[in-house]
Amino acid sequence: MGASTKDVLRLATIGSVDDGKSTLIGRLLVDTRQLFDDQLDAVAAASERRGVGDLDLSFVTDGLRAEREQGITIDVAYRYAATPTRKFIIADCPGHVQYTRNMATGASTADLALAVVDVAAGLKEQTRRHLCIAALLGVRNLVVAVNKMDRVEWSQSAFRTVADQVAVVSAELGFASCEVIPVSALLGDNVVDRSDASRWYSGPSVLEVLESTRAGDLTITAQGARLPVQWVLRQNGGGRTYAGMVNGGTFHVGDAVTLLPAGIETTISAIHLGGVSRADAYAGLSADIDLAAETDAGRGDMIAASPLPTVTKEFDATVCWFGEKPMEPGQRFRLKHTTRSTPARIIQLDGLIEIENLGVESVERLSINQIGLVKIGCADALVVDEYQVNRATGSFVLVDEVTNATVAAGMIGRPSFL
Amino acid sequence: MVPMASSPPLTNHLDILESHAIFILREVAAEGERPVLLFSGGKDSAVLLHLAAKAFAPQQLPFPIMHVDTGQNFEEVLRYRDWAAEHYGARLLIASVQESIDQGRVADPGQLGSRNRLQSVTLLDAITANKFDAAFGGARRDEDKARAKERILSFRDSFGQWDPKAQRPELWNLYQGRVNAGEHLRAFPLSDWTELDIWQYIEREQMELPSIYFAHERQVILRDGMWLAVGPFVEPQPHESVETKVVRFRTVGDANCTGAVLSNAASLSEIVAEVSVANVSERGATRGDDKFSETAMEDRKREGYF
Repeated sequence: MGASTKDVLRLATIGSVDDGKSTLIGRLLVDTRQLFDDQLDAVAAASERRGVGDLDLSFVTDGLRAEREQGITIDVAYRYAATPTRKFIIADCPGHVQYTRNMATGASTADLALAVVDVAAGLKEQTRRHLCIAALLGVRNLVVAVNKMDRVEWSQSAFRTVADQVAVVSAELGFASCEVIPVSALLGDNVVDRSDASRWYSGPSVLEVLESTRAGDLTITAQGARLPVQWVLRQNGGGRTYAGMVNGGTFHVGDAVTLLPAGIETTISAIHLGGVSRADAYAGLSADIDLAAETDAGRGDMIAASPLPTVTKEFDATVCWFGEKPMEPGQRFRLKHTTRSTPARIIQLDGLIEIENLGVESVERLSINQIGLVKIGCADALVVDEYQVNRATGSFVLVDEVTNATVAAGMIGRPSFL
Repeated sequence: MVPMASSPPLTNHLDILESHAIFILREVAAEGERPVLLFSGGKDSAVLLHLAAKAFAPQQLPFPIMHVDTGQNFEEVLRYRDWAAEHYGARLLIASVQESIDQGRVADPGQLGSRNRLQSVTLLDAITANKFDAAFGGARRDEDKARAKERILSFRDSFGQWDPKAQRPELWNLYQGRVNAGEHLRAFPLSDWTELDIWQYIEREQMELPSIYFAHERQVILRDGMWLAVGPFVEPQPHESVETKVVRFRTVGDANCTGAVLSNAASLSEIVAEVSVANVSERGATRGDDKFSETAMEDRKREGYF
């Protein structure tokens, strides 16, 4: 069944409200026959009931009652598609500024961002915001669908105007790849198949790019392998095994590793999962690791290979603020980083990133959906890497100590585009 | 122990899904005070239990499993439930919808009525009584458009309600599951699995399942476009004719509202082949309970459903 050869590509749609993200994903799923007949019938029936034509493709992903009533996307919808060699996990994200936290949720695990831009409207500030957040989150591959080309009679100059805007922003933000494609999500041109309507365009369709982009390289980084300990398993004959998900690189039996933050140097004596031995454990694998040295390591500690991460109680970070109440220096939170939680404080607010020109503006407080540069101090030492080299050991969230709400997404270090 | 290898980086979709699910199981078990795994005996919860056993081997599961028993189950599924609990060494709790009816917590829908929606009350009562702060479920996002919107860790207030307009941000693999007393979490480790992934995984792991998932001869009647198995919970009406068909079940719910599909798929590989070319969704093909309204699942989930 090809089960052994399928990889996984995670993508997130980004862009402003009403530019057609949900319609594009609906079109992609319909034209690749990923929808079941009864699901398609339900979309048609809902479209008719709400008087929005024969088949409103946005209803494929806008599944909540409020979304259909208001015609907007409120939260991320996850959809799945598969080819014989690839499984796609699609996060269809909301465009509205009010739901930026949900967009960040969808983009935080993406290999690729699929931005949708209305050709007549051009690059809106909200789209720039999303591109900026996607770049901050470390999404490297960008595909921009310049949508509603049918409304401008497939004008090449209209397309070029947007494509030029995109090229400038993409270069500023440092995306590794950027493909700009003229499409009509409504009619399906250049979504799955290349269209005759755009004879002046010789590039790939959206699906072709999704199929050819390299998947899963986010877990592999230049520095060493890490395993944040999630759980300590007791072996039947005595002895302890450290369970967690590997990131950053590969561990092999016999590798020299350091247990942090204690700094105990030892070697890996065995690797297994579910009682089955393995010679090695790759990034992305949930694995059980035995160490040669007897240690009292527990949840929140980290097994790391060289070059080692940093042990610190203070670091610079970039945060996306999601809290309803503004963030001010001095405030206390609970910080979750890998498998460790600690009380933490904002020591300093160095400014916010201006979306329009990527400058830094100095401010007293950070409001909802703003991106700030901060210095954070923690009660307990953390074992960290820069976010740019390791998403797993470079990311954290801030949690309100009273309500338990997640109020910020944090990335250790500063973005490369500043 | 048999050495086993895969090639770097982790690229096989079943390995990726498995590792992610195990990560979630461990994370919630580590941070929760009293988790529970909801186990119906269906294929999804069977995969969930199998993954939980892998996540914590060689130890026992650090949480019990709980069946919300509507009293209208297929006999084969109950047998499988008890077998699986023993096989995986899990402590099985049973929360009974019949008891909720007897205690007057919910109205009795009658012998032929659906008890599906009543399960929410029984489930929430059991969560409160046992002080569970996290409940693992086998729900998948590809099942329904409301499920497609739900976080992997999904917050429930002290009334057990889901608020789809105010979900917590959930970034990276940082699952943040802190709750106050009386609130709880639902955790869905299989969120990103599709029906086909589930079957491919069951085939790869050579798991046991209730026999009704495999093609067999059964007496059925056609009601509301669904083939219902004749039995204690489905009595043929005078205008309905009983036929003998070769069928299997694509989902396992209550016997009086879960339809069979005509199928000759009698082995795991035949089921994988059948599912990969299906043109009707599993819930559309087999679940009478989802046919009430456009937002039936969202409405039930708001009330505390699985």
